[in-house]
Amino acid sequence: MNTTTAERLDLIQIREDFPILKREIAPGIPLVYLDSTATSQKPLAVIRAMNDYYERSNANIHRGVHTLAEEATAQYEAAREKIARFIGARKSCEVVFVRNTTEAINLVAFSWGRKFLQRGDRVLLTEMEHHSNLVPWQILAQEKGLELDFIPVTENGLLDLDEFQRLLGQKPKIVAVTQMSNVLGTINPVKQIAQLAHQAGAVVLVDGAQSVPHLPVNVEDLEADFLAFSAHKMLGPTGIGALFGKEELLEAMPPFLGGGDMIKKVHLRSFSANELPHKFEAGTPAIAEAIGFGAAIDYLSRIGMERVAAHEREIIHYALEALSEIDGLTVFGPPADQKGAVASFTMRGVHPHDVSQILDSQGIAVRAGHHCAMPLHEKFGLPATTRASFYLYNTHQEVDQLVRGLAKVKKIFG
Amino acid sequence: MDDLYREIIIERYKDPLYRGVLEPNDISFEDENPLCGDHIRIDLRVDENARVIEAAFSGHGCAISQASADLLLESIIGKTLDEVKQLNKQDVLDLLGIELGPVRLKCALLPLKVVKAGVYGLGEASDSLVEE
Repeated sequence: MNTTTAERLDLIQIREDFPILKREIAPGIPLVYLDSTATSQKPLAVIRAMNDYYERSNANIHRGVHTLAEEATAQYEAAREKIARFIGARKSCEVVFVRNTTEAINLVAFSWGRKFLQRGDRVLLTEMEHHSNLVPWQILAQEKGLELDFIPVTENGLLDLDEFQRLLGQKPKIVAVTQMSNVLGTINPVKQIAQLAHQAGAVVLVDGAQSVPHLPVNVEDLEADFLAFSAHKMLGPTGIGALFGKEELLEAMPPFLGGGDMIKKVHLRSFSANELPHKFEAGTPAIAEAIGFGAAIDYLSRIGMERVAAHEREIIHYALEALSEIDGLTVFGPPADQKGAVASFTMRGVHPHDVSQILDSQGIAVRAGHHCAMPLHEKFGLPATTRASFYLYNTHQEVDQLVRGLAKVKKIFG
Repeated sequence: MDDLYREIIIERYKDPLYRGVLEPNDISFEDENPLCGDHIRIDLRVDENARVIEAAFSGHGCAISQASADLLLESIIGKTLDEVKQLNKQDVLDLLGIELGPVRLKCALLPLKVVKAGVYGLGEASDSLVEE
């Protein structure tokens, strides 16, 4: 796990690539962006790729035979291929463009779930899921009379795998689990979970919203049937994400949304669905965003996800150690070697909103709230936490700034 | 921005004058800000002339919402319910003596929203209660 100096990221160069990191929040107060778990910043390469598309090739895709339409289609489909390679999918038709992770999970719930789940069937989730991997299943459960079960989270923020084995005994039809918690940072043993789930006959959906941007993720290796993730958390634009699904599963699923591009033939009272992956992409998609997504993948691939992950491991070790020295501060989740670069914490006597506001006055952007994981906060008896999260462009000095910022919070609230 | 944490706000957050629960009460209402999980309950006792004679708040929240609740309750004691119904966003900002962006404004206005929903006897609190 050790990184030699030669393999280290060139932080100066990387930071140069992100124009926003030069921004000052107020005169003389530079931005310290520690909210990448909410959304990452974008390198110039991504911004340029989208601009170039609009300036040179803008056209609708998969229709029209003019030069621009050909270029737009080629760039859009090239982005899909990059994504497929990035996550180790066998075929690019296994990658469906969606708006974001949330839509990807909704697609599985309402296409696969509506067809293959029946009254009394069980869906197995975890207590650490983001609302996006809870609510679609709750809606479906209400509609179809399904039972939802949850793998419990232990005191130290890990999944209770003994309990998981017991819950598998109830023969869930699908196990949907996050690979990395957006609150605790916990990296879950998804491969082990998938193997056990498959032995029990369940389909496995992995919420990769936090893992795909920060770790090397390979769907073959993980044995994931579905993997959902968003571009905007991995240097790409908002409004585009991807759902990976195994070809045979996607083939068996009915369309999700109906409209243009997802059809082969349409009559007044009937239609036949298009081939994969277009069957799931109704209407004109976010073309520029898909191309921007492709550019983000290029950027991350050039650096290498192993190196991104190694850098973040170093930062989170450093950050957790520094934060542990602040009296009255509690960080939630497992120790640094079992989690990604996320530190959610509380400060005794100070509400997370106030922490975040005072940090903002020093240019430090963190998130305060329940981070779209209300059940998890309830479990730990917390209305809210403050969350600092790190990415490939964050430095050790920024951790120091956070620590100094927190000292000021303590001073104000004395 | 340090103005946001004026002495009075920190003071009222740490040592509120009206924290507590009134049982029995004439009006009680609670609500939360789903964005941040702040939760406030406000209890009022009124006399035969519909004038507020006692007030208390409970729940949890940030310095802005808690100080806002404390200062608001202080200001409504002695007012009639009709007068309370007239209170608005600007009254709360005047009490706090600060300006706020859209996100923190929600924290500051939550107590007034709760008070007004209670006074009007509504089923739920809506943002329109505190808009200008």
